[in-house]
Amino acid sequence: MSASDLTELAGPGQRGQAPDAGGGGAPAAPRPRKAKRGRRPLRTRLHRDWPLLVMTAPAAVLVVIFHYIPALGNIIAFQDYNPFLGDNPFEAFIHSDWIGFGNFQTLFEDPAFWDAVVNTLTITLFQLVFFFPLPIFLAILLNSVVSGKVRGFVQSVVYLPHFFSWVLVVTFFVQMLGGAGLLAQQLREAGLQPWDIMTNPDTFIVLVTAEGIWKDVGWGAIVFLAALSAIDQNLYEAAAADGAGRWRRLWHITLPGLRPVIVLLLILRLGDALSVGFEQYILQREAVGRQAAEVLDTFVYYNAIATQQWGLGAAAGLFKGVVGLVLILVANKLAHKLGEQGVYQKI
Amino acid sequence: MSAVVATRARRRATRPVWEEKPTVIGRSAKALILTLLVLAVLFPMWSVLVTSLASRSTINEAGGMVVVPREFDPSAYFTIFSGGQVTQAVWTSTLLTVMGTAVSLGLTVLAAYGLSRPGSLGHRPLLFLFLLTFLIYPGLVPSYLVVTGLGLKNSLWSLILPTAISAFNLVVIRAFFMNVPSELVDSARIDGAGEFRILLRIVLPLSKAVVAVVGLFYAVGYWNVYFNAVLYIDDNDKLPIQRVLQSYILAGQTPHVTGNAPNLPGISAYPPTLAIKMAVVVVTVIPAVLVYPFVQRHFTKGVITGAVKG
Repeated sequence: MSASDLTELAGPGQRGQAPDAGGGGAPAAPRPRKAKRGRRPLRTRLHRDWPLLVMTAPAAVLVVIFHYIPALGNIIAFQDYNPFLGDNPFEAFIHSDWIGFGNFQTLFEDPAFWDAVVNTLTITLFQLVFFFPLPIFLAILLNSVVSGKVRGFVQSVVYLPHFFSWVLVVTFFVQMLGGAGLLAQQLREAGLQPWDIMTNPDTFIVLVTAEGIWKDVGWGAIVFLAALSAIDQNLYEAAAADGAGRWRRLWHITLPGLRPVIVLLLILRLGDALSVGFEQYILQREAVGRQAAEVLDTFVYYNAIATQQWGLGAAAGLFKGVVGLVLILVANKLAHKLGEQGVYQKI
Repeated sequence: MSAVVATRARRRATRPVWEEKPTVIGRSAKALILTLLVLAVLFPMWSVLVTSLASRSTINEAGGMVVVPREFDPSAYFTIFSGGQVTQAVWTSTLLTVMGTAVSLGLTVLAAYGLSRPGSLGHRPLLFLFLLTFLIYPGLVPSYLVVTGLGLKNSLWSLILPTAISAFNLVVIRAFFMNVPSELVDSARIDGAGEFRILLRIVLPLSKAVVAVVGLFYAVGYWNVYFNAVLYIDDNDKLPIQRVLQSYILAGQTPHVTGNAPNLPGISAYPPTLAIKMAVVVVTVIPAVLVYPFVQRHFTKGVITGAVKG
């Protein structure tokens, strides 16, 4: 993949500058100017653009230090990395022994690792079925509310939990549904046996999905609401005049209008199939036990950082990164084949 | 995935004539779903608030969490703000949020402006440097080694610098900057304004809304920081509020409060533990709830732009 594939990520502004993107009546003026810029000698351009470079530099430096250097640092996955071999991680890296795929072998022979992978994928799949469609339903529902006041009120309320931390979300669930929570209290008062969903490993997947829905269903609907408001209202009127009922209009106008966004979010979710969120699971791992709550990220944390097996943890991280990258590339390719735009494209 | 929203407020206020009259069942189903949704969000918040302000007898009577307020008793708040661990954590988190947001927003705005002119020197490689972060996952272990290797352990900077730049936010702001009419920028340049001046005087004032929303995202991120604080902060005096909340509610520790509540009429020196815990929850929620409506008007107006297209 060449770097230019990514340009599409940059959004509308960038697209406007792309050579082939000049559609409806884009003025031709910027193009020659751009070409002229390119031909100027480096010194002239440096003289002209140095303030821009100075402005970009601090952010770029931070991204290199805290994103790209760790990404390269994954190379310790092929080492028996020992932090005590040097005064800093770089020295330790120089002095550590290379052991080829030893860490990967240890990792892939560990049943706990595969348990974590299976758990992660199961949760992803479960949430794809039971969580992913809900924001779409909510957006369609909200969009059909005629009163602007009601709609605005509901929107402001359901967006709010998105801004809560996972600690808060889990806290609210514990206080409402936990063993000492409000629901258990009421059940006990009514003489019933309270059940504790917060510590039951068998229903953990339902619990985490419910928490995710509580936190993000409203926020997730924003994207779809935007896509809905971009659908040409005349289509609905014309369809109604032709005798299409509301369900037919939903099927033939609304859903096709939402399809690019749905595909885009599906690709992103697929590329992220190996991460299901981190804090949510770390916070509840104690309560429901390792069997149910161990996902790939928590596996790395407990088996590498907590026990200082750095090489092993880096191997697991690299596995996750590579699989994630492959997944998103494949999904994007698939989207192109299906005639969708996908996340990025060649220009 | 987060999203930022710009302005578009085309909205029909009434049902169009060609649309069928809604059925009674449909309308009631709709109303029921939306009511349940709103209650699902507001009810837990209400119960937590009321419990934090309940007296010992009210809590005992209810057998735990309170739904109907009886006696008003703010003792729990006086206790947690009387100088114990919670006071410390609120201070730490406030400092972290203010510092972090300033650093993040400042650097992101600068970089977004620096990258807003296609064709400038190094424009494409620098842009890709940021965009590629979407596809490359750095991994937990190497990130941990880099941060600790730089000696940032137990420093608030360990919670700021690694997450300071969100490429997503950068791309969103950049898209807005690129929409500023180039005539304005060019005429300022002809008048002799430098790039910093153009950014401060022309581009930023025209992009207030998006900068406010991105600032909110950053601020919320810093206030909510939890896992990085598990990784990098061991020092009890530097724990942010989320870790303190976690230790009280989820790990079941008894709140470390000094109990030096002021000697005021109606203020108990030893409020019930549950009320103290719920007061900590309220304190953790409050910043989000306070800032939210202020910034919300910028994003309920309409449509999402930015990196999520479609």
